Amino acid sequence: MINFQYARANDVADAVRRITAEPAAKFIAGGTNLIDLMKENVERPPLLIDITRLPLKSVEETAAGGVRIGALVPNSDLAYHPLIEQRYPMLASAILAGASAQLRNVASTGGNLLQRTRCYYFYDTATPCNKRDPGSGCSAITGLNRTHAILGTSDACIATHPSDMCVALAALDASVHVAGPTGARAIAFTDFHRLPENTPQRDTNLEPSEIITAVELPARGFAANYTYLKFRDRLSYAFALVSVAAGLELKDGKIAETRLALGGVAHKPWRDRSAEAALRGQPVNQTTFTRAADVLLRDAKGFEHNAFKIDLARSAIVRALTQAAAGTPQSQSNKKIR
Amino acid sequence: MAQTNSPQRSKAPIAAPDKIPVALTVNGVERQLELAPWTTLLDALRDHLDLTGTKKGCDHGQCGACTVLVDGRRINSCLTLAVMQDRAAVTTIEGLATDDVLHALQQAFIDHDAFQCGYCTPGQICSAAGLIAEGRAKTADDIRELMSGNICRCGAYPNIVAAIQQAMGQS
Repeated sequence: MINFQYARANDVADAVRRITAEPAAKFIAGGTNLIDLMKENVERPPLLIDITRLPLKSVEETAAGGVRIGALVPNSDLAYHPLIEQRYPMLASAILAGASAQLRNVASTGGNLLQRTRCYYFYDTATPCNKRDPGSGCSAITGLNRTHAILGTSDACIATHPSDMCVALAALDASVHVAGPTGARAIAFTDFHRLPENTPQRDTNLEPSEIITAVELPARGFAANYTYLKFRDRLSYAFALVSVAAGLELKDGKIAETRLALGGVAHKPWRDRSAEAALRGQPVNQTTFTRAADVLLRDAKGFEHNAFKIDLARSAIVRALTQAAAGTPQSQSNKKIR
Repeated sequence: MAQTNSPQRSKAPIAAPDKIPVALTVNGVERQLELAPWTTLLDALRDHLDLTGTKKGCDHGQCGACTVLVDGRRINSCLTLAVMQDRAAVTTIEGLATDDVLHALQQAFIDHDAFQCGYCTPGQICSAAGLIAEGRAKTADDIRELMSGNICRCGAYPNIVAAIQQAMGQS
């Protein structure tokens, strides 16, 4: 870790003022990813602005029938919050599928959105990486790429976004509330994270001097028919190779409404509305689910070590939709897949 | 290998920061420290307060050996800065026993031989104390899942689960 200065923000306006004055500074909340990256010299901010004392720690119902989650709500508090457990169990399940109990006790809602890829080369400052050092090249494309993306990649970067929580937030049509020097705005969740294209150093569309203040969920929670199904190299405490958040609303044996988002396959949580359109109005069966998987994976492209993810994703989508339709969501304790 | 592509950093040197006053209540005792901002809670405990029961394993939040309770919640002390925990109450393995009586988890770990080398044990026990306080674990599957942030290289897991089940039965 290099030398840095430390300051505490008193309120949101103070936090925005401080980061506007020093754009290379970083906000710190949970710090579970940022401190790790600073120890690795991947992140080298001259100033840390501690935002942990800001009043962004509540989970409240909105007038629209949804829920507004303060950016500093810890992951564990969110997963176990009665409103989330009852109305958005897909989100609760996704949160509990990620990290460890210790990390979830500290990691914040806003920080989860801003965590960085776990690509080995991004972490290894001895190797080229366009995300860490723009223009230096991508080591993963011809290197070890077992954990990397199969959708939305570019010649500059094939990293994945590591979050589980964000996959559910994308599926649930969340929005991200941010504040900056010119005021506040809301960003649709699926527009928050970016594809790598030629600027993989930018993970999100957050402006450099903006701060996340809240994440808002609309009323629709898919609480009856949902799952969060995650495949990884060990049963717990590992990042997804492929994960699927699925939600269904069923009527007369047909799919009236649906949400489908994947993790571990792209630079952002992967939500494909054409795959959802392929499900809507269709009967609940394997043929329908397989067709939707084929639509979602139509442009999937594997690299030397990760082509298995295409088949894994296809099976995971079908299995997740089957679990959701049956009302038997994946347990995050008993990992037997039914 | 030579470092061919160093990350971007600001060109102006960063002034050495003043040490920052930090007040911690550690195992019920108020402690006043003056720390550089990069001092993790783990290093504050071990190097500044001589509480070496909390172990440094990976120092990256992957092994759980550094687990302590902050305001009653289990966290990885290697991944938080001490200055961020100003005014917090910290409980380490040294703070679990009362007088000469072991904490129920300490006794259960002995009863079940839930360790071999013992290096992960302080983190395992603090993590288990947090798990019991959270009240979410009901089954052995739940315990395994909610203890997955604590790695035991000796592989004492079956006995660790049994010890935690014993202590849960007593709480």
